[in-house]
Amino acid sequence: MAPKKLGLKQRYAHMTRGLDWETTYQPMDAVFPYDTFEGIKIKDWSAWEDPFRLTMDAYWKFQAEKERKLYAVLDAFAQNNGQTGVSDGRYVNVVKLFLTGISPEEYQAHRGFAFTGRHLRGAGPRVACQMQSLDELRHIQTQIHTISHYNKYFDGISEFPHMHDRVWYLSVPKSFFDDARTAGPFEFMIAIGFAFEYVLTNLLFVPFMSGAAYNGDMSTVTFGFSAQSDESRHMTLGIEVIKFLLEQHPDNLPIVQKWVDKWFWRGHRVLGLVAMMMDYMLPKKVMSWKEAWEIYFTEAGGSLFQDLARYGLKAPKYADVATADAEHISHQNWAVFYQYTHAAAFHTWMPDKEHLDWLSEKYPNTFDKYYRPRWEMWAEMEKQGKRFYNPSLPQLCQVCQIPMAYTEPGDPTKIAFRCSEVGGETYHFCSDGCKDIFDGEPEKYVQSWLPVHQIFQGACGGATIPDVLNYYRMNVGADNMDYVGSPDEKLWNEWHAGKAREAV
Amino acid sequence: MAQIASITLLHNDDARPIIEAILADNPGVRVLNMPGAVKLDCDDELIVKRASVEERLGRPWEPQEIQLVLVSMAGNLDEDDDWFKLSWKH
Repeated sequence: MAPKKLGLKQRYAHMTRGLDWETTYQPMDAVFPYDTFEGIKIKDWSAWEDPFRLTMDAYWKFQAEKERKLYAVLDAFAQNNGQTGVSDGRYVNVVKLFLTGISPEEYQAHRGFAFTGRHLRGAGPRVACQMQSLDELRHIQTQIHTISHYNKYFDGISEFPHMHDRVWYLSVPKSFFDDARTAGPFEFMIAIGFAFEYVLTNLLFVPFMSGAAYNGDMSTVTFGFSAQSDESRHMTLGIEVIKFLLEQHPDNLPIVQKWVDKWFWRGHRVLGLVAMMMDYMLPKKVMSWKEAWEIYFTEAGGSLFQDLARYGLKAPKYADVATADAEHISHQNWAVFYQYTHAAAFHTWMPDKEHLDWLSEKYPNTFDKYYRPRWEMWAEMEKQGKRFYNPSLPQLCQVCQIPMAYTEPGDPTKIAFRCSEVGGETYHFCSDGCKDIFDGEPEKYVQSWLPVHQIFQGACGGATIPDVLNYYRMNVGADNMDYVGSPDEKLWNEWHAGKAREAV
Repeated sequence: MAQIASITLLHNDDARPIIEAILADNPGVRVLNMPGAVKLDCDDELIVKRASVEERLGRPWEPQEIQLVLVSMAGNLDEDDDWFKLSWKH
């Protein structure tokens, strides 16, 4: 009789815990120097659970299969000129914002998990972090491969790594990950593993990638869902880490709660970019940002925090404010990018009548009252040849680095301003959430690299807008400004005029 | 309030037997169709059974293979040789 195969649980125990050892040449504290300074107390690392029970050998097998499927689609898309078949030329701006604003964060996540995968003492979380680190590297590689095809035809993406470290709005996601990666390994795990991956990443990848599918972008939906299949494992790591920390010692609760509050708020601010993509930039829309927020935060987050209440953990502070913001955030962000389209590496436009009606229907409480009249006025100004540009530089929030354009909770007609004084200097914030984060760790955030401050200090190529755009390597007249009149639009119209001619 | 256990799968041929098995094994499951993906929601608990998937697929299937078509999920996971279970029950 053939020997009986090991079960999943036994295989996992042998291939993960069984390969770990206590160091003897050096004390364990010298080998793992970073897992105590944050104040987190761990009594028993072996209590860590990895419910996926994925071992390295199985990991390679599944990842190889995912890559084969993905690259078959990418090849087919390129070979068959899939770019000509997306819903509209405007759609590509979503891809541009994704590659410039989100893909570099996959790389940051790769490095962050490589660090935690090295520095956590338990074999279970260490292996899970190593897998996630490899996943994140796979994500940025597949995203660059996918989008390189678009780069052959469309503007705004060729300088994405250079822009990522310099351009004003890209500092929003960049500073989010810089903040997480300069924290200790446990805070990083709560920031990215729990708050971002578990609580918020669905909002980024699920409705958005479904949107790519709906808009005919076979390549983006395929890398998106291929990445997302890893994401389920990341979400599990995120939920396990929080349960583990809360089970290990009651002293961990206040530390973890503070991190949950902080990273929920920071993540919510970053995802405002996705809100704008969903409500304004997808020509064919899947669901509104507000609907996505209801499904993925109110409903899914509600179930989660109900579960974590048994450890004494509360729902994130300002979750109610964030939920109220879901009525406004996409509109307020689009207004910022419309005004500053001359300094952004993607195109903007005013929504047409059908799109305005969709927004009115999806946002019955706010759109007609606060935003539609403004869009109609700006459209009218465009018609009269007086397209509105904002020539000034905006004040930025010291924490989230977003221009101070958000309104007071409960009063969408008034811009929210908060400030704190440290060392004789005044620091400005867009919200109570961002101010709390600053006040909790001012010595960190006084060092923020704020793009507008840097321009005024002469660190960004010069004093005028053309100087700064040159420093950004922005191809003026192609990468920036409105979609209408852009080389992208011209190319798109040529393709489609060609199609119509051939059809006759 | 009921806590929602949820799984989102690709809407493709590889996932179809898994989707069918979930519909058969989880009474009261709610279906949200999105372009390219399908979200399946259940109060408190949702299970994918190996035997049910194999019956539809006509070949041996390991619950770990679900990773090839998995998009997202909600609930505490318990995965073993015979099932993949998401639950809020303790």
